[in-house]
Amino acid sequence: MTDASLNSPDASRPAKSLTHEDARTKKRNASERRFRMYGVAAIGTGLFFLLALLTAILSAGLPAFKQAVVEVPFTLTQEEYDEAEKALLKTGVYTEYFITSLSSTMDAEGVEIEFDKKAVERLLGKVGGELRTYYRENEDDLGAPIAFELAAASRVDRYLKGTFTRDDLQAGNRFFMPEDFDLIDAMREAGLVKQVFNWNFITGVDTGVDNPGGAGIGASVLGSFFMMLVVLVLSLPIGVAASIYLEEFAPKNRFTDFIEVNIANLAAVPSIVFGILGLAVFIQFAHLPQSAPLVGGLVLTLMTLPTIIISTRASLKAVPPSIRDAALGVGASKMQAVFHHVLPLAAPGILTGTIIGLAQALGETAPLLLIGMVGFVARYPETFVEGFFEPNSAVPAQIYNWAARSDAVFTEKAWGGIIVLLLFLITMNTIAVILRRRFERRW
Amino acid sequence: MSFVKLTASALTLSAMAATTAVARDQVQIAGSSTVLPYASIVAEAFGENFDFPTPVVESGGSSAGLKRFCQGVGTEHTDIANASRAIRDKEISACAANGVTDIIEVRIGYDGIVFASQISGPAYTAFTPSDIFNALAPKVMVDGALVDNPHTQWSDFNADLPAADILAFIPGTKHGTREVFEEQVIAAGCEATGAMEAMISGGMSEDDAEDACLSVRTDGRSVDIDGDYTETLASIDANANAVGVFGLAFYENNTDKLKVATMSGVEPTTETIAAGDYPVSRPLYFYIKKAHIGVVPGLKEFAQFFVADPVAGPDGPLAAYGLVSDPELAETQQMIADEQTMGGNS
Repeated sequence: MTDASLNSPDASRPAKSLTHEDARTKKRNASERRFRMYGVAAIGTGLFFLLALLTAILSAGLPAFKQAVVEVPFTLTQEEYDEAEKALLKTGVYTEYFITSLSSTMDAEGVEIEFDKKAVERLLGKVGGELRTYYRENEDDLGAPIAFELAAASRVDRYLKGTFTRDDLQAGNRFFMPEDFDLIDAMREAGLVKQVFNWNFITGVDTGVDNPGGAGIGASVLGSFFMMLVVLVLSLPIGVAASIYLEEFAPKNRFTDFIEVNIANLAAVPSIVFGILGLAVFIQFAHLPQSAPLVGGLVLTLMTLPTIIISTRASLKAVPPSIRDAALGVGASKMQAVFHHVLPLAAPGILTGTIIGLAQALGETAPLLLIGMVGFVARYPETFVEGFFEPNSAVPAQIYNWAARSDAVFTEKAWGGIIVLLLFLITMNTIAVILRRRFERRW
Repeated sequence: MSFVKLTASALTLSAMAATTAVARDQVQIAGSSTVLPYASIVAEAFGENFDFPTPVVESGGSSAGLKRFCQGVGTEHTDIANASRAIRDKEISACAANGVTDIIEVRIGYDGIVFASQISGPAYTAFTPSDIFNALAPKVMVDGALVDNPHTQWSDFNADLPAADILAFIPGTKHGTREVFEEQVIAAGCEATGAMEAMISGGMSEDDAEDACLSVRTDGRSVDIDGDYTETLASIDANANAVGVFGLAFYENNTDKLKVATMSGVEPTTETIAAGDYPVSRPLYFYIKKAHIGVVPGLKEFAQFFVADPVAGPDGPLAAYGLVSDPELAETQQMIADEQTMGGNS
């Protein structure tokens, strides 16, 4: 009786059919569809924020790559050059020469507008430094007319880009006068002003707060590059050697367990702690130079090591034991088995871990704060070796610095710096993907 | 064998690194974020005008800068500390304990401290130190008695001020600006409102009363900003009712976002500060480690360049950025030329 009721179709339930869903199947299918929708929604949210972020970065940062320049022919005689080099504020004398030259150019172009020295300073910023640097490097050009492309001041730049209008100007602003708008309009009509790609932003160095137009990120990109070099050269061999030993050779006992736990803990230590350690050990104890990419690289190496060790061990573990057994079976030593067979197979995973670690290190600012790499560092190293020892900044530190300054053009540059940082990261990741493709092996 | 070789070469390498470290060729500066803009202007111009490399300038606050400065003599320590207040006796003795005894004090000029609010916010256009004290002190005078601060709106104690919630962003304690704010605004207000007298007659000693005068309320209406002025500006941007404390130069660069309040009826400008009419201003300093002159190339030249007339004078780039130039600049120039240290004649 009970058997019959179990086996025979229940009168209350409809007949089962593959083409007809019953209520429970419907429910299960519905819940699966809901789950898929959640998944799509989650990805959608992620994409939305990514898109919003990219739009914000690109719209705020791209203007930093363009710049208004004023093209002015300028001639400097030998006597003027000698005269200027005798002064204390030499760049100030060059500025004077330039103003005289600009006045005559404007007259020649038929621009009938009066302007004084202060107006030129407001519109063109620091022209003296640029002129002096040029003539000191090219003394042969003395006496011959040179067409200089001089960067316009920040507010002129913003006016031409449309983010600063006549209505924004407050009365009594010492940095920009209403008549400056007329002057810049007149210069634009005379064809002296044009928009060009801002190479100086890519190749230049940081500038003082009163010269936002001239600031460039080049030196700090180089600083970041040297730091990454140090991190790569130190953390990859140390990290891989440590993982191979721990994973393949070390005896499993309490001591190695203790080390393993501590490596995992180290990965979670806030980066500023490594900065304090770096200040105490590398600068105050080992007397390494302050603000140097070498010290920055050493500090970031400490930070990156746990990440590399953990990912390397994971990828070593992922190599099937049969590979080792086969190698040992044909008479290879343990070391041969590891280096000839296990390591090459684990290489793609190790590479991914390394790149993730490096990318993390690249974006780090906090530890650099303590070893003096966040500040005003405006110089290029002269030789490759000096690149490690001479003071330099790093891209994220430079961005942080610019964001803290009062002029709006520096904010624009900070966004532009973020774009450069992202490009740096993308380049690193691309190299990693290419290398991984090349090394990847399947079994 | 190869391990021994490896260790040996590693040691040689680090020894080489250490020798390179001793020969530092650029001036290293750290300290006040108020002085940083001026120092960066001078550093850039110094690099352009001299054959010495451009100095490295770090920020971090006056106290942090002086602390690093006082850590010792030697090229691993900074050469110059920027400060938006004078060095304290405690810091001088801390310096001396680490062997930093000969310090040259250089006053580069004056900076005004202004109270500003959002340009579209309520009309805070006139303050007196008493107003700020009444708004921000933990205990104030109401009807002749010292009570816990009951004020929630500016109009509660001064009918001329708008009926807006009190919210002020003031510099944090690690900033030199805080000290000026305390001494020239809060303490002045404390005395002017009679709160200080009430404290003394309430049984407090004079020193305790002075200290008590400098505290600010902790119920969230007064917010310490430990970062720089950009952070204060961001906070002001987000709160239409808020009042913030800025340096004059920073305010002048952001007149499109901020409006400034007068203090005791005087508008803050470089002229009123230089004339001493505007009550809230402070001198800016930097401190040179004399032991580093001659060791770090360009140190003395940098200091001389910093205070030279074409740079720090009334027509120089520093004044253009907002520094109120020091009328006694010539004495400072002479002092650096003579390498005259604090409290000594040599």
